[in-house]
Amino acid sequence: MKKLFALFGALGVAATMGLGSGTAAKASELTLCWAAWDPANALVELSKDFTAQTGIGMKFEFVPWTNYADRFLNELNSKGKLCDLIIGDSQWIGGSAENGHYVKLNDFFDKEGIKMSDFVDATVVGYSEWPKNTPNYWALPAMGDVVGWTYRKDWFSRPELQKEFKEKYGWDLDAPKTFDQLKQVAEFFQNRDIDGKKVYGASIYTERGSEGITMGVMDVLYSFGFKYENPDKPYEMEGFVNSEKSVKGLEFYKALYDCCTPPGASNSYMGEGVDAFKSGQVAMHMNFAFTWPGLQKDEAVGGDKVGFFANPAGPDGEQFAQLGGQGISVVSYSDKQEDALKYIKWFANPDVQKKWWSLGGFSCLKAVVEDPAFPASQPYAKTFLESMAIVKDFWAEPSYASLLQASQKRFHDYVVAGQGTAKEALDGLVADWTEVFEDDGKL
Amino acid sequence: MTETSSTLLDRATEAAARRTPDGIAKRVRGLSDRMVAWLFIAPTILLLLAINIFPLIWAIQLSFTNYRANRPNEPIKNIGLSNYSRILNDADTWIAMQATAHFVFWTIVLQTVIGFTLAYLIDRKFRGHAFWTTIILVPMMLSPAVVGNFWRFLYEPQIGLFAYIVSFVTGLPTTDIQMLSNVSLAPWSIIIVDTWMWTPYVMLICLAGLRSIPDYIYEAAEVDRASNWRQFWSITLPMALPFIMLAVLFRGIENFKMFDMVNLLTGGGPGSTTEVASITLKREAFEKWRTGYSSAFAIILFVAVFGLANIYVKVLNRVKSR
Repeated sequence: MKKLFALFGALGVAATMGLGSGTAAKASELTLCWAAWDPANALVELSKDFTAQTGIGMKFEFVPWTNYADRFLNELNSKGKLCDLIIGDSQWIGGSAENGHYVKLNDFFDKEGIKMSDFVDATVVGYSEWPKNTPNYWALPAMGDVVGWTYRKDWFSRPELQKEFKEKYGWDLDAPKTFDQLKQVAEFFQNRDIDGKKVYGASIYTERGSEGITMGVMDVLYSFGFKYENPDKPYEMEGFVNSEKSVKGLEFYKALYDCCTPPGASNSYMGEGVDAFKSGQVAMHMNFAFTWPGLQKDEAVGGDKVGFFANPAGPDGEQFAQLGGQGISVVSYSDKQEDALKYIKWFANPDVQKKWWSLGGFSCLKAVVEDPAFPASQPYAKTFLESMAIVKDFWAEPSYASLLQASQKRFHDYVVAGQGTAKEALDGLVADWTEVFEDDGKL
Repeated sequence: MTETSSTLLDRATEAAARRTPDGIAKRVRGLSDRMVAWLFIAPTILLLLAINIFPLIWAIQLSFTNYRANRPNEPIKNIGLSNYSRILNDADTWIAMQATAHFVFWTIVLQTVIGFTLAYLIDRKFRGHAFWTTIILVPMMLSPAVVGNFWRFLYEPQIGLFAYIVSFVTGLPTTDIQMLSNVSLAPWSIIIVDTWMWTPYVMLICLAGLRSIPDYIYEAAEVDRASNWRQFWSITLPMALPFIMLAVLFRGIENFKMFDMVNLLTGGGPGSTTEVASITLKREAFEKWRTGYSSAFAIILFVAVFGLANIYVKVLNRVKSR
């Protein structure tokens, strides 16, 4: 019996020691939360340098995009300690700042000499500031991203197709400069037989569940003249959201969906778009810039076969693109904020940022993107720069999720299900958004 | 005379005590039989209180507030019945309810008809019936996540097997068969998958019902020279009816809260065509984070299911007592 007690005693001590050592190991290990996508893999690679320099281990919690917002907003709302660092979506900044999820970084930036003026202006406004356009920083711009287009350069350069296109539309088949041209190109390729395979015009965002169709529609609406609100009277949306120009933009998006997308593409977002392009189904493909390095490297459609172009201009020559991307923040519920800030300091270093770009991340540091060698550094670098110069973002209000769900429903009902008119959809959207802001006490 | 619940409880306690081996009773000295019985059921009751009753009471309380889980620092205001009134006056709520009713009605009709037919055939005990029973049961054994994902591929207009079969039968091009994108077809695409998956379950219950009918009743009917048709309408169907109704109850409750299959196949789309009540509830609760509002919505759904199920159970009892 005594032996049995001794055995249990030893096991207990061993278990306690094990727990103790586990806790000790955790003290020098940070958990970084982000979406599961290609740049996340690049960040894992990059972060090895941080561990080598500081001895602080890095653990990663990556969640697929479809569950990314649900998972991490739940984590933040429940004041969870899973994430020490989080690369949160740009639209979360308002809610996360107002609800105390993120640590305010102004004092830290001042202390460490990190200047926001060193980063691309649009990314600072989009990823770091709340309220917008005020010097209150809650994140360091981490991953620049924007919606742009890729196209099949090899198909566009075929002489027989060029000849036929010129005869039909009167201009040279090339990357479109306006949305009108984009639709003509898409129509030209729709149901065309190329190398014995039926292909389609374009892959665009139509996803219903999270944010897909809103990102796609907005990407077009901005260039047609859509405005979120009266610039002189915040939250006044009547006549701006549902302006004549916005209606035309939404009608255009539906026309593009109806005429020129692959069959069954009623719920497409980033992954489905990449699949459609990689499998040689479409001539053009709307997607965030983060997909470009992967497409460029792809054996079937990459290299010389793929080209990139910025979002085309609308009927009045206005040209904007939907901002993507994220900033990196320190979670206020983390017990390891000091180590997390060390990571941010390390990440802001120009050399690290250069390496970040070379590994497939999209740096927001001016020293990297304004380097004269940058446009030639990758085939898509020039398009990325052009696109980042024309970005606009969705609402970043604390109620962004309600605002987003309203637009998802209105746009999908009209564009995909074909219910009602564009005017009715946008009028409905104004009503929905007004209700949200009334609930928030902002109207 | 009806027995009170305390009398029933006392009897149950006594029965439990009687079944407790003497050895245990002797070891737990100082505790009455009633106390021992309570000790045994206490963990279950605590668990029930913690994961069912407490959240229900909390949800009822939240449903009268403006609480939002993503705004922990905002003061929680009591807004009375405002959430309930907004939900019941919202046209979208009724559209979601219609979509739910359409889904529940057709899945129950199809599953009951096909399930009973299959059970009737299997009950004939033909050669290899055991093998076919196993094959028919396979869909029910799969995870809904797996089923949803592979049916999404089956429905794919360009590469999907379903589209090829329909195209072969109808002569339409496969790219015209867009089950998940077409507003008219999308609700049926979900009904087909749910029927495919859960008809075996209905079949099993019906089979139990059919096998519970004593052979001598049929033998008596044979003696009376009742035709097969007459036997079916006068013996088989009435005696299997309580089982069929039980299957309908189970499938009705299950499908009223259907979420996973719809979420995987259409996500509620195209537009809001397949947005059943549970999808709306999920969007309100975990995408818009309107916790008070979604609690009220959940209570409304709970009351609806509970009320309908109670009426149904009363009818079922009446049928059984006939």
